[in-house]
Amino acid sequence: MENVNSKTVMQPQNSPGGNWRSRMRINVRQYTMIIALLLVWSIFTVLTKRIFISPRNLSNLFLQSATVAIIACTMVLVMVAGHIDLSVGSAVGFTGAVVATLITKAGWPTLLAIPVTLLLGLVIGLWQGYWVAYVGVPAFIVTLAGQLIMRGGLLGVTGGNTISPNSELFRQFGQGYLPQLFMKVAGFNDFSALIGILAIILYNVSAVRSRRGRIKHGFAVSSPRKQILIQVSMSVVIALVFAIMVFYHGIPYAILIVMAMVLIFSFVSQNMTFGRYVYAIGGNRDAAQLSGINVKKTNFLIFVLQGLAVAIAGIVYTSRLNAATGGAGSGMELDVIAACIIGGTSTMGGEGTVFGAIIGALVMASLDNGMSLMNLGVVYQYVVKGIVLLIAVAVDVSTRKKQ
Amino acid sequence: MKFESACVRRPHRSSVRPIKTWKVKGMDDYILEMNHITKEFPGVKALNDVSFNVKRGEIHALVGENGAGKSTLMKVLAGVYPFGSYIGAMMFNGAELQFAGTRDSEKAGISIIFQELALVKQMSIRENIYLGSEFQKNGIIDWDATFVAASKVLDEVHLNRNPLTKVIDLGVGEQQLVEIAKAVSKKASLLILDEPTAALTETETENLMQILRDLRAKGVSCIYISHKISEVAQIADRVTVLRDGRAIGTDDVKNMTEERMIRLMVGHEITQRFPRVDHTPGETVLEVRGWTVHDPDVPTRKVIDNVSFSVRKGEILGIAGLMGAGRTELAMSIFGSYGVGRTGELLLNGKKMVANSPSACIEKGVAYLSEDRKRYGFIAMMDLRGNMTLASMEKLWKNGIIDGNEEIRRTEQYVRDLSIKTPSVEQKVGNLSGGNQQKVVVGKWLMTQPKVLFLDEPTRGIDVGAKIEIYNIMNQLVEQGVCIVMISSELPEILGISDRILVMHMGRLVGDLSWKEATQEKVMYLATGGR
Repeated sequence: MENVNSKTVMQPQNSPGGNWRSRMRINVRQYTMIIALLLVWSIFTVLTKRIFISPRNLSNLFLQSATVAIIACTMVLVMVAGHIDLSVGSAVGFTGAVVATLITKAGWPTLLAIPVTLLLGLVIGLWQGYWVAYVGVPAFIVTLAGQLIMRGGLLGVTGGNTISPNSELFRQFGQGYLPQLFMKVAGFNDFSALIGILAIILYNVSAVRSRRGRIKHGFAVSSPRKQILIQVSMSVVIALVFAIMVFYHGIPYAILIVMAMVLIFSFVSQNMTFGRYVYAIGGNRDAAQLSGINVKKTNFLIFVLQGLAVAIAGIVYTSRLNAATGGAGSGMELDVIAACIIGGTSTMGGEGTVFGAIIGALVMASLDNGMSLMNLGVVYQYVVKGIVLLIAVAVDVSTRKKQ
Repeated sequence: MKFESACVRRPHRSSVRPIKTWKVKGMDDYILEMNHITKEFPGVKALNDVSFNVKRGEIHALVGENGAGKSTLMKVLAGVYPFGSYIGAMMFNGAELQFAGTRDSEKAGISIIFQELALVKQMSIRENIYLGSEFQKNGIIDWDATFVAASKVLDEVHLNRNPLTKVIDLGVGEQQLVEIAKAVSKKASLLILDEPTAALTETETENLMQILRDLRAKGVSCIYISHKISEVAQIADRVTVLRDGRAIGTDDVKNMTEERMIRLMVGHEITQRFPRVDHTPGETVLEVRGWTVHDPDVPTRKVIDNVSFSVRKGEILGIAGLMGAGRTELAMSIFGSYGVGRTGELLLNGKKMVANSPSACIEKGVAYLSEDRKRYGFIAMMDLRGNMTLASMEKLWKNGIIDGNEEIRRTEQYVRDLSIKTPSVEQKVGNLSGGNQQKVVVGKWLMTQPKVLFLDEPTRGIDVGAKIEIYNIMNQLVEQGVCIVMISSELPEILGISDRILVMHMGRLVGDLSWKEATQEKVMYLATGGR
């Protein structure tokens, strides 16, 4: 598509590529988030006499954060578009109870129960998305209603009892680890190590390809030395994350799901028109509308995706606990929202990243985990988490004012 | 709402200091004297040594083009700009005024009624009139006393409504009367009305005029700001003309013919600020036939009334008119983003165009650049690249996946072509200057490759250099065969750039002039309702 309009308008002033600053798409706030996470980790490491930093504990911590992290991937979209979803806790409990009931009481095979549960999540998303996008009821109200409705549904399905799905396959989703491939050494999972190495290779290949692409288009790229530095340090980080799991039981399946979700939704939010629309709507709904964006459709789709993510989280959650109870997932929406906000998602909409939200989820899980290790009571856990959330938002608000 | 709503009674600071020797007997009895007022904003002198006075019991009209300084002058008077933020002195009822805020001016007896009414729509008439000055004892409101008092003031302004009616259920004209009732209830001795009839019907206007005459008979003075010269001639006793922040002249209305007022308002010579290029118009591209649009808030009110015009290839069509004439509404309704009960026909290249949404219009090649850059134009927290490609996403990436490198390449091309000054295409647009922000929005619309481009106040709020750049861009686009429809409130701009000028007045098309026959006086005459 050649552009007649722009071709002859005005003389070019800059040479192609010019002196544009290098294209670093990483939010400054995310660096602070990573630093905050490392700070939390070092504090707990000292306070727990290094129990916290052991591969066993960190591996557990990842697993604990999985449910929140899965939902955070789509909650970011919801919040960036300027909405909120208060129903996810109940929805996790509800979908979890349904899948447990299907397997245990109805005797369905796991491989049938899971797609049906995902379908249920889709329906939840369609329902809430319809009210928010097409009727125009504020998401706060729609999802508050959803919270109540699904809490009722949850109690109805479980009948107030605890249901334990007795399926080995199902249990793998929340508790299983990647099996050993060749080696039979405890404390080193070769399959996971292989995946880790693969991840590092993939990362480096894509980094080099992206750089080549930019050079081909004549855009500025960072100096080879800087590029190597970035690639090496990122590779080390990836290696460390995988090492934690490799030297315990291996990568849990739940974490594989989290990784897939992060990759998918990072791509959706950064590289797809739909993701761009979400940011545009949250940043300035009127301008988005006037730019020809279908605001209703976009909002609808956001909630549909959210419903799907919630069902996935519900399956992982129920599988990890191997139980569906009446109180399952209660209060989880606040953990998810807090994770997004701590990870740099603006409370006003328009800003936020999936990656940041995952870091936020890890911060929240670390607080829980570390304080549990220290034998601090629930009282302190709530208070500390509350204060951390408050400070995170205060920082967000004050940096916004400066702009 | 620009004014803090007065909900809490605060102790009153002594802002009115009596000066004994000022008033001279035998001379005209002035209720208000504003002497040598100068008000500067960064880079702009909004008011330059303006002296302005109002006699007791007169209706004094304040006229001038958009941006002449009328609103600024009234904001100084109302205390929106507190004492110390301007140079000059004000005397009111023989006392010097030094307002710290709007509450002080209210206390002194000055009431302003703005174009955008400052009523709480969900509250009743009664509550609104006495909002901030409730009949109360120890914080407990005496509703009966309020009701009786409200009924009385409503009588005074000829508003035959139950005081318990919610304001939201009233028409715009009635709401305005509630505002006036509020001012009357406060025993205001000086009433300021800013474009009071912009949204009123003829009967409502007539009623308002009568109320103002009644109030004048009771000794209430009034400053009447209006674009409508014919109305001013009807109601005012004296007229002051402002232009470019200066008071150009004050005279009795009988000495101020409509022609003289317009000449004074327009005043300055047209200098070569406008690069005119001769265009040769080709075939008709967009034709609008019998276009009628109703107000989405008041569906019975016609905002656009049976407007027909056509735009030809290779011409800049200017649309002139005063604020509230319906120019923006015309463009936005064609673009599918404003109004209800739209009737009429749109023809694009001779074929009927059915497009009820911006996305449909963009697809067909119609683009609209909004006058309100901040609200409708760009997304401040999004980077330049994201803003620039926002309207052409569907065209560029049909499978929904953005090619990041291609996106940057296209954006950088426009950044160069439009000479946008930015450190990078990943700069947040909110951090750019006004002129560059405007160019980003222009770039956004150019990227959609429009056949017809509506530019609504394309140079508002940007500096002279950037303005000329925008004009050059427009000229070059026209040479490439794009039709441009430019809405502007700046007459020199309309006259300097357009090939043909349409004039609108109260939702109707009242003039169609070629640039050769158009003069500022002619356009202003048509825009103010002259025939």
